[in-house]
Amino acid sequence: METILSVNNLNVSFDTDAGEVQAVRGVEFDLQRGEILAVVGESGSGKSVMSKSLAGLVPKPAGRVKAGSILYKGEDVTKFSKKRMRSLRGAEISIIFQDPMTSLNPTMPVKKQIMEGMLTHQKVSRKEAEVKMLELLNLVGIPDAEERAALYPHQFSGGMQQRVVIAMALACNPEIVIADEPTTALDVSVQAQILDLIKDLRDRTGTSFLFITHDLGVVAEVADRVAVMYAGKIVEIGKTDEVFYNPQHPYTKGLLEAMPDLKLGSDELKTIPGSPPNLLYPPKGDAFAERNEHALKIDFEKAPPMFKVSDTHSAATWLLHEKAKKAALRIEQMKIKGELHASAEEVPAPDRTEKLLEIRDLKQHFQINKKHTVKAVDGISLDVFKGETFGLVGESGCGKSTTGRTIIGLNPRSGGEVRYMGEDVRSMKQSELKKKIQMVFQDPYSSLNPRWTVADIIAEGMDIHRLYSDRKERMEKVHQLLETVGLAKEHANRYPHEFSGGQRQRIGIARALAVEPDLIIADEPISALDVSIQAQVVNLLKKLQKEKGLTYIFIAHDLSMVRYISDRVGVMYKGRLVEVADSDELYENPLHPYTRSLLSAIPVADPHATRSRERMEKAEFVHSEEDRFLEVTPGHWLLCSEEEASRHAAGNLAGDRLLPEGELV
Amino acid sequence: MRMDDAELHDELFELSGEEGRKKQARASVPSTSYWKDSWGRLRKNKGAFAGLIMIGLILFLAVAGPYMNSHGFDDQNLEHANLPPKVPGLEKISWLGMSGADIRGVDQYEAKAVEDYYWFGTDSLGRDIWTRIWEGTRISLYIAFLAAALDLVLGVAYGSISAYYGGRVDNVMQRIIEVLIGIPSLIVVILLILVLQPGIISITLAMVITGWVNMARIVRGQVLKLKNQEFVLASRTLGAGDARLMGGHLIPNTLGPIIITTMFTIPTAIFTEAFLSFIGLGLQPPIASLGTLVNDGFKMMKIYPHLLMFSSIIISLIMVSFNLLGDGLRDSLDPRMRK
Repeated sequence: METILSVNNLNVSFDTDAGEVQAVRGVEFDLQRGEILAVVGESGSGKSVMSKSLAGLVPKPAGRVKAGSILYKGEDVTKFSKKRMRSLRGAEISIIFQDPMTSLNPTMPVKKQIMEGMLTHQKVSRKEAEVKMLELLNLVGIPDAEERAALYPHQFSGGMQQRVVIAMALACNPEIVIADEPTTALDVSVQAQILDLIKDLRDRTGTSFLFITHDLGVVAEVADRVAVMYAGKIVEIGKTDEVFYNPQHPYTKGLLEAMPDLKLGSDELKTIPGSPPNLLYPPKGDAFAERNEHALKIDFEKAPPMFKVSDTHSAATWLLHEKAKKAALRIEQMKIKGELHASAEEVPAPDRTEKLLEIRDLKQHFQINKKHTVKAVDGISLDVFKGETFGLVGESGCGKSTTGRTIIGLNPRSGGEVRYMGEDVRSMKQSELKKKIQMVFQDPYSSLNPRWTVADIIAEGMDIHRLYSDRKERMEKVHQLLETVGLAKEHANRYPHEFSGGQRQRIGIARALAVEPDLIIADEPISALDVSIQAQVVNLLKKLQKEKGLTYIFIAHDLSMVRYISDRVGVMYKGRLVEVADSDELYENPLHPYTRSLLSAIPVADPHATRSRERMEKAEFVHSEEDRFLEVTPGHWLLCSEEEASRHAAGNLAGDRLLPEGELV
Repeated sequence: MRMDDAELHDELFELSGEEGRKKQARASVPSTSYWKDSWGRLRKNKGAFAGLIMIGLILFLAVAGPYMNSHGFDDQNLEHANLPPKVPGLEKISWLGMSGADIRGVDQYEAKAVEDYYWFGTDSLGRDIWTRIWEGTRISLYIAFLAAALDLVLGVAYGSISAYYGGRVDNVMQRIIEVLIGIPSLIVVILLILVLQPGIISITLAMVITGWVNMARIVRGQVLKLKNQEFVLASRTLGAGDARLMGGHLIPNTLGPIIITTMFTIPTAIFTEAFLSFIGLGLQPPIASLGTLVNDGFKMMKIYPHLLMFSSIIISLIMVSFNLLGDGLRDSLDPRMRK
């Protein structure tokens, strides 16, 4: 293998008012020709800054490469002149960004954007460039390339846009493509297609990819090698299998354990306590020591060097030092003991006798103009039982968030009925209803008023409904709630921006709990959080459910997390509910073709399983007006025609099933 | 990154347990109240603090300045006309121009046998400029604050109502604004002053009638952006009413742009008033404002520069210090700037 890019002791810092933020602290790795190297890490781990510095895109003047070298084919990129850098960028190193919507110019036809790079960097005529452009569009899988090349970006879907961006990146036959979270903004099924495309392109063109992501499932799917970054350093690097099946660094281990397993039941998720360090004051020793339950004394004193595990696998942890063998063994023993202890608890399944919420034929149409109406929610019916967690999944734009907002009354509904404990919510007193049903929002950054203290935010519901007699009682209740969600009393007088994403989500949960609701609608409460933080929040939600007997409607697009937390799951597609079943039943025996394609597209953090499974093509499903939502087997509802229903009910499924159970999990 | 193995003692490789974590725990930031916090931030901002001190000084002089000598603002003394500035103590420093000498170097005080000191000189009617300038500053600031306050109230109310209720309400309210913007404001102002007779109130009214539109548009834009943010939705799901959403969530988060706009309105109002006075539609003599003073001084700029100089300097100082303070206030009132 030929090393095409070699990064040595790279340090990148940002000068801020508060001091120097050391975003990247001594990163070293080699990129081979034709490989896909994934860099995983949480937000703030420095992975994006590192990848940008490879292309000379560190935002100036605040950021600067402080030390180290980036050798591209033996030449140091950091010493290149601006002009030299420009010719390198685009021609030899190109970048794919996260959001295709913003990385394409909306006022330029796609064709022009792809050709632009070729015309600046290569000495080609316009005709030749046009031919190459069509080739590229075919290569990235855009059908009818000749016609569609003249279209503008908004006329493509999100997945197609990202394909165009990839075509742009490949226009000048670059040696290296840096893909910075290229699938994060996309739906699972589209993500799966893009990942396949990237692998396919690597095989066909021999381009090296540096793939930046926070999603271990995606890594397992796409990468040859993985580098795990934490607090500006690479803590572990190795072949994908080595890192996934033989992780050495405690952080890597923690990350892998925090992923919900599609096949596992509902014992508590492993979490990594705390949050990543502030790189304004980088810790002296191992940056992860503070969050590591089993840290060694030396972890707080000295930063560990890279230890070799095998020729291709190395990790920066003192546990690999020969003197640490005894301690490593003890940690293993403690972990096994802990696991035995943890798995003893069993959560009783909620009994489905009392219907908390009945939704009948709920409709939410938005009138855009006189002729045009968007049917965001188009007639869904479902029951939510007391004490259960109902998961609602679907792709973006399927109407799942709108459903949640309509139930709680944020949108005046266009049709249908919502009954709470048998009573129509419209006839109920609004202030009563608002106490019973609460909501937790998606974005921890915009869901808290930045000008209010945490105490005021949490107490808002109590203020509105006058749930306390004096200020002292109000403060006491706030302190209680803070403790319930795992924050400290001292946090009450701080402002939201002083907290990390996970902590803010806890504040949002405390605000919802303040009015003592029965039902909480959680609208993608974890999708904006890092993996290690997601597990913390999910565990908190589960704990609260057990303690307070809450009922949840859990809206998400992360199917593995939904299975983990939900008792029953409903799948939405284009404003309609297409399938509802117990979560295990739904994941093991999906009936609707859309559910199946959705399930087959989930990236799983298990490289072996990913390689051996087949993927279903995503198709468009059209439901006729006659299709109704029918119970085909007990507890399993499906949107289908009468005939299909009777076929399913007769157990005539075997020939219909595309995925045997073993491969799904 | 090879390390000297001798340094790595065996006991370093034991589990650290709780003690290590404790050592690393950082002291938490003490909590202070919102206003104390904001004041602290404002004080640290040198520009804003300088602006604040300057405004304080100008306000003090605008109130107390006219009483600091024995001349009244409309006391005419034709024998003392057009005297250059002369300040006791500073008169010895020749290059400062406070010696009572005019541009030809003739000491007018000696020539006219004047015993008094006129700190900023006198005008063509022999009125004391010092007294008139501070009297004028007081009136200018009064007009400016009144106009800014009215703009603020009208603009914020109109803009936030328009954006918050949206739909048809917004549509109608915006059309009204467009009509107002369509008419050149100078024409509105001139017509109004012609109808109402020039005076402090009519000038203020004339400025407010067109001035609030800007504020309303800015507030509307901000509220439109904010009203679908999740913290507003969260408050609605908790059952908050319109008043709470507006007063608690929407308007406080618009504070930055509101402060900036207001701080720009004040100097603009002073300037507009000066301009109106300059073209003769402003305050009528003997009442002075900074604008009328500049107007008077302008006519004899070449012969008696002191007539123009001091009033212009005060106008500039007011503008600069309000802009500096506005900038600093925006940052200091934002808790997100807390470090």
